[in-house]
Amino acid sequence: MIARLLHGVPRHALLLLAGLLAILVAAPIFADDYLVTVLILILYFAYTGQAWNILMGFAGQLSLGHALFVGLGAYTSAALYVHFGIGPWIGMPVAILISVACGAIIGFLAFRFGVGGVYFAILTIAFCEFTRIGFDHFDWVAGSSGLFLPVANYTRNDLINLRGQPVMFYYVILALTVAAFVMCHALLRSRVGYYWQAIREDEAAARSLGISTFRYKMIAIVISSGMTAPAGVFYAFYYNNLFPEQTFFILRSIEIILGPIIGGVGTLFGPVIGAFLLTGLSEALQELLTAYGLDTPGAKRVFYGVCLLVVVMVLPNGIWPPIARLLRLDRRETPET
Amino acid sequence: MAALLEVANVSKNFSGLRAVADVTFAVPEGAIFAVIGPNGAGKTTLFNLIAGVFAPDAGEIAFNGVRIDGQPPDEICRRGIGRTFQIVRPFPGLSVEENVTIGALLRQPDPAAAMRRAHEILWRLDLFDKRRHLAGALTLPDRKRLEVARALATEPKLLLLDEVMAGLRPTETDRMVDILKMLNKESGLTILLIEHVMRAVMSVATRVLVLHHGAAIAEGTPDAVVRDPAVVASYLGAEAV
Repeated sequence: MIARLLHGVPRHALLLLAGLLAILVAAPIFADDYLVTVLILILYFAYTGQAWNILMGFAGQLSLGHALFVGLGAYTSAALYVHFGIGPWIGMPVAILISVACGAIIGFLAFRFGVGGVYFAILTIAFCEFTRIGFDHFDWVAGSSGLFLPVANYTRNDLINLRGQPVMFYYVILALTVAAFVMCHALLRSRVGYYWQAIREDEAAARSLGISTFRYKMIAIVISSGMTAPAGVFYAFYYNNLFPEQTFFILRSIEIILGPIIGGVGTLFGPVIGAFLLTGLSEALQELLTAYGLDTPGAKRVFYGVCLLVVVMVLPNGIWPPIARLLRLDRRETPET
Repeated sequence: MAALLEVANVSKNFSGLRAVADVTFAVPEGAIFAVIGPNGAGKTTLFNLIAGVFAPDAGEIAFNGVRIDGQPPDEICRRGIGRTFQIVRPFPGLSVEENVTIGALLRQPDPAAAMRRAHEILWRLDLFDKRRHLAGALTLPDRKRLEVARALATEPKLLLLDEVMAGLRPTETDRMVDILKMLNKESGLTILLIEHVMRAVMSVATRVLVLHHGAAIAEGTPDAVVRDPAVVASYLGAEAV
């Protein structure tokens, strides 16, 4: 299994990955609390970006409503914990199931009736929006007044119930991100991964090669929505409060997709690099501005906008593809003309 | 020889326009069968009816003795009919070998085995040296051969080629003709080609069907067809006289 995963991966890529992982594992030893929270945020976006990338980057279906799956994961696990005392690790499979069911409904409606492109994107927004409005009036999860998880000043880390200090959350999200990375790598090299890319590139040509495009698009949305739900579980137990207006807000969906777009849609490293760049640099910028005594609350958004603009104009395929060529990690060649 | 593909009284209208009108023909197993006709004769529509893009309004299409009309394109492919597109549609962001591997995955679910199969096919079609190139960066002749390679990778019994020689220079056309003849001879692959380039049709086809305004006006050997007065009048016109 492992040999299969590693087959054909260049040695210097493995060394690079091992180095990066070692740095990330050791980071809390050197980093202060603030830096750890920034790293948590970065890894959170790397994880959600990876999950979104399966649907858009691999299978070519643009979702602008992935906050829906985060929110469903968050609310499911939080409600189970608050109402029944069920821990997050048992809540997680339930959250995944609910998220997958919802993803499957959206997928069926869209793919069965040939809804694609921007229309699919609008459908995902619509589902996220009416879920937001629905949850505003959903009293079992406290509606618009917000669902709160019990908080205390924890001196010990309780991994079973995900109660504790930031460092514990850091390792949890690091583990999730590494698992997502490995899973996406495996998917991309499987038959499913090849078929997704065929659908992304040209759906009619894919069908002419015997690919049931409906089936494989359904698999993509099921995996993507299911993979997004654990991020919601993490979100709920890390932030301890959930408001429909925030959780299902369209900006949450946009934040998820900015990283992979800037890093490189459809690539394995794109979501990771994008998350580091966007979240890391925007936090650094914020720090810098604060250090100079400048009060600029919108600076982060402006920074996101500028990043997006620069990447779209200069590197329309994202930051990762040119780096991959530089590191000789790209097996595809563009011949000199 | 038994007929591999049977098209019986097939018609297709596009809001009043009769694109294909009551066409009947049979492609014997092992044949290289050409469909020719002037622009707008209904060649590509006929092709798309067989490939499952459209369902015929009337008539039946049978492959290997089983009706296939109205089946979706992916099902048609799984039954053993491979196709190319008139305007080539490679997966541009993927490499040549990935393009062909995707085709091979239909019969070889293991990606490594499918890649090996793809390499064999790329060898035969002179594309092996370019296997790592992005498909979108290939020249037109290479892209046309890539389309044939990708369709072949699905291991079809019948290969549908839609103007696979159009836009090629004469030397490239000869190369494609050689490849088609080789495939037909070595593996007994049945080929149905739609073609404009008469030179190619004359040298490769064993049988020719002529369409005009959606209807079949002649069928026979290439030599017989080009001498047919109806064909000369409607299609070859003054150029041939």
